[in-house]
Amino acid sequence: GSGARLRGGVPLVAAAGWYCWYSWGAAATRTSGCCRLCACKGQHPGVRLVGIRGPCAVRAEPGPFCGTAVCPTDTLCPQWPYCRKHCSYCSFNKYVVPAVDEAAVRACLVREAQTLLRLGHVRSVTSVFFGGGTPSLAAPRTIAAVLEAAAEVAYLPAGAEVTLEANPGSADPARLSGFRAAGVNRLSLGVQSLDDAELRLLGREHTAAEARAAVEAARQLFPGRTSLDLIFGLPGQSHEAWARGLEAALGLCDDHLALYQLTLERGTALEAQVRRGALPEPPEELLADMYLSARTALAAAGFHQYEVSNFARKGARSTHNLSYWRAEQYVGVGPGAHGRFVPWGEGGRQREARVQTPHPDAWMREVRSCGHGTRRRAALSPLDQLQEVLALGLRTDEGVTQQRWGLFSPRLSLEAAFGAPGEARELQERGWLRLNGRALRCTPAGLPLLDSLLPALLCQLRRRWNAVQEEDGGGRDSR
Amino acid sequence: MHLLEKNYFSLKGFVRLHTGTVSVVCEKKLSLFQEKIDMSAYPVESIRNFSIIAHVDHGKSTLADRLLEITGTIAKTDRNKQVLDKLQVERERGITVKAQSASLFYNYKGVNYLLNLIDTPGHVDFNYEVSRSLSACQGVLLVVDANEGIQAQTVANFYLAFEAQLAIIPVINKIDLKNADPERVEKQIEKLFDIPVNECIRISAKQGTNIDKVLEKVIEKIPPPQCNTTDPLKALVFDSTFDHYRGVVANIAVFGGEIQKGHRIVSAHTNKRYEVNEVGILTPNEQPTHKLYAGQVGYLIAGMKEVTEAQIGDTLFMYKQPVEPLPGFKSAKPMVFAGMYPVDQTEYNNLKSALERLTLNDSSVTVHRDSSLALGAGWRLGFLGLLHMEVFNQRLEQEYNTSVILTAPTVPYKAVLSSAKLIKEHGKSEITIINPAQFPDKHSVSEYLEPTVLGTIITPQEYIGKIIVLCQDRRAVQKEMLYIDEHRVMLKYLFPLNEIVVDFYDALKSLSSGYASFDYEDAGYQAADLIKMDILINGNPVEELSTIIHNDKAYATGKYLCERLKDAIPRQLFEIAIQAAIGKKIIARETLKAYRKNVVAKCYGGDITRRMKLLKRQAEGKKLMRKIGNVEVPRDAFIRVLKRQPEK
Repeated sequence: GSGARLRGGVPLVAAAGWYCWYSWGAAATRTSGCCRLCACKGQHPGVRLVGIRGPCAVRAEPGPFCGTAVCPTDTLCPQWPYCRKHCSYCSFNKYVVPAVDEAAVRACLVREAQTLLRLGHVRSVTSVFFGGGTPSLAAPRTIAAVLEAAAEVAYLPAGAEVTLEANPGSADPARLSGFRAAGVNRLSLGVQSLDDAELRLLGREHTAAEARAAVEAARQLFPGRTSLDLIFGLPGQSHEAWARGLEAALGLCDDHLALYQLTLERGTALEAQVRRGALPEPPEELLADMYLSARTALAAAGFHQYEVSNFARKGARSTHNLSYWRAEQYVGVGPGAHGRFVPWGEGGRQREARVQTPHPDAWMREVRSCGHGTRRRAALSPLDQLQEVLALGLRTDEGVTQQRWGLFSPRLSLEAAFGAPGEARELQERGWLRLNGRALRCTPAGLPLLDSLLPALLCQLRRRWNAVQEEDGGGRDSR
Repeated sequence: MHLLEKNYFSLKGFVRLHTGTVSVVCEKKLSLFQEKIDMSAYPVESIRNFSIIAHVDHGKSTLADRLLEITGTIAKTDRNKQVLDKLQVERERGITVKAQSASLFYNYKGVNYLLNLIDTPGHVDFNYEVSRSLSACQGVLLVVDANEGIQAQTVANFYLAFEAQLAIIPVINKIDLKNADPERVEKQIEKLFDIPVNECIRISAKQGTNIDKVLEKVIEKIPPPQCNTTDPLKALVFDSTFDHYRGVVANIAVFGGEIQKGHRIVSAHTNKRYEVNEVGILTPNEQPTHKLYAGQVGYLIAGMKEVTEAQIGDTLFMYKQPVEPLPGFKSAKPMVFAGMYPVDQTEYNNLKSALERLTLNDSSVTVHRDSSLALGAGWRLGFLGLLHMEVFNQRLEQEYNTSVILTAPTVPYKAVLSSAKLIKEHGKSEITIINPAQFPDKHSVSEYLEPTVLGTIITPQEYIGKIIVLCQDRRAVQKEMLYIDEHRVMLKYLFPLNEIVVDFYDALKSLSSGYASFDYEDAGYQAADLIKMDILINGNPVEELSTIIHNDKAYATGKYLCERLKDAIPRQLFEIAIQAAIGKKIIARETLKAYRKNVVAKCYGGDITRRMKLLKRQAEGKKLMRKIGNVEVPRDAFIRVLKRQPEK
């Protein structure tokens, strides 16, 4: 069958991600040739090219495909670092400046995107997510330029998910249609609240009425692909106020909602006020009640929780975020952007965690002089990567699938790591975790407790991992 | 040169305690080449041995500095601040821990006198050391602050001197202060100590006023020692220190005969034999002499390797010429016990050697190896008292740069056994219980005993009400109440020792705005209704939190421990019950509710690196958790509960 299906009227070539069945085991059907996507010819260490044996987005075009964790299919995360105003809770890397030299920033985003995509030997960009800052403050042509740049150096399928984060204050219909024309096909609206007093407390620049108008406009232009962000657990917010706010949002929203419990980050105005005692600290019990009752309300409205904070109905999940939680590769572009990919171009062999220079001016100087502004790089060991796979994957409803785990851990299966008696078994017995032939995942009861489950699971993983390393006697060549 | 270097290094400890000490080092180096003093020039009649005793901060050390200056023993400079207080902690706290001595030469009415100033520790924790120092003296200067008047420690010190039948010269210090009221103090002295008003000397040690009068009185009022050079050697060890190069340096008072290099001597306590390497006087640094004669005070080095070989109170005599030992010798008896553990177990060996070095100089600390599931390997230390414990801990941190965990202090309880089996097991019917794990069951005990002290409190009268309430709250029984003048009252209470070991002094100071003073002396054991209280976490007992307490205090203590433990244990995935129990009976309970939600809301981009770090740290931390049943308790939770509360 064809992998390119129509969902909600939009072609979703990359919906299932660019991964394929593969195996190092005897059961794998070894084939020759080179990976259709990355043309890697199987030179990635530890990888054998195998035939496609399962659901794959590219099944329509059969052929050898390495499909491994190192196969350079990436998502792209360009950052627009500027905001019009500081929000009282936000600790992101953002800058409020009187005037932005947009042409210069655009040129640098384009240059860095191309440099890094080439560095990662990225053959295919599966999704793009414009974050920030406030990327809706950028001109549509800047967005278009970055997408065009990506398409020049890699394969950017026509239907790939391209999301733009937008603030209601910069989401009038004219701008939004400009973004759509530039190639954006999904909008994530930072509504945060539909109560003017709460919006003031959060230091947002928009009113509830403006937020409503922005949602209406977005839904017109991006039907079925508009997401709303909401924040709960504000200092002084009552359970009733949150329930009312959620109800209002449900009456307004499209098919995707993200509900974030407010995190009081150090260095933010709100955190300082709470620490001083000027604002009350929300009690933990109340926060738990708010979260659990919101889950119930959303389920009643037909939403499925597919991640700790993300809810979708009619299949409107964000493929970009899903691939992030699946620990796929991503290339971060722009000031302060984070990335995770293998820099093949520099002879790299291991996935790296990379961070770009945070300050826009310094970043631009670096991009102009060396093509990119990477400030920090740290190689991630196979165990580091597995730990990320676990920590991120368990946040989702699908959990960590056997197949995904296998991509990162050819020697230690999910069963072998967590099926043996130990922490994971105990957590399963308590009903917080489930391990079956398909995946390891949290139960609905376990999901809110994930941060208490993870340290135990990491302990067990490390133990099992070390045991396998020792069995190998310091490393049988897995190639 | 080699000798000089060696001496220079042995002086390091001394040098470090003085700022701008270059000149001190030079003086010392020069003194090495000076001629040895001929001590035979000072017959018994021209010798006076005396101590200065005072309440904390009443100016004992400053007066000593002035006496040293006026007699030319040390140069008169601004630097002479409490020369005899050699330890950093002594300077910081204004107290003397180790007694130091100095010989002063003073010409009075044409006669050259040798005045031996024997410094005493300034606190009753060191009561025994004080009494040994005093036994080397014939008189004391009782220093009282002209502003503060008689304080609790003044009373205790007075009685020590009085009981030793010493000549007592009252000295009223700090008359230069604006609020000084020497007349009132003189009246207090008359009323409490029965010393006529006109016998007091009013001085200002700080400004040097009337210091010569003090020296005159010392010579006139204090009798020379009663002893004879022709008698066989009899010398009292009243202090000892340890020198890394020369071994033990014992401070001695010669009560008969004479002593010099080459003499073979015997310790009456250990019966060990030594050959004398060096004798000398303290000025206050060691100054070798040819001999020491009866009546004189000085030091002796005789190849003793450990301070326990030169125990305070011991008598030395000439080999094959035994004498009747001087009375009053006692081994140090610890009154307060506390666990001491390295903050990090990898520091165990460093702490061990620091402890060993420190106990070389302080034989009154008892050391027993101990280990706790929560705190790892460590020691159970016995101290003479609370101050002693604090000073010891501070010296450990300051002088050896070692940070330690000190657990809440406990006192040695006793049990009179009734069970024949247990009596046979212990070989005696009365046992001392230091560790709650050894607490014998009520059914096999006829009586439990707890140590008591007689506390003296002197306070302005307006605080009496509050102080009486505090004392009653501490199970104390009033023994005496006396107005020492129109405004001040002396109270005497019999306290169970464990009621004052933790925070009594702080409580007293805070409710009297710092005006009340407190001192105590050992008052033996009394019967007490003692019980062992266990702390349970989800029904499982936590051994290291078991305590022996008085029945009346069980509820309050149990509640307090549960509350502190609740704050120290992180919430977990299930409810945790923290209970205090006596036997099977639960007397207090705190409940730590289960987590319902703790997953972080947002996890994108840059957050993941930070989150992974945190998660890995938590995973690592799990290894360090102590598992009690299924409850994970961080090690520092016990530390937070067991540790003494910082002083408020």
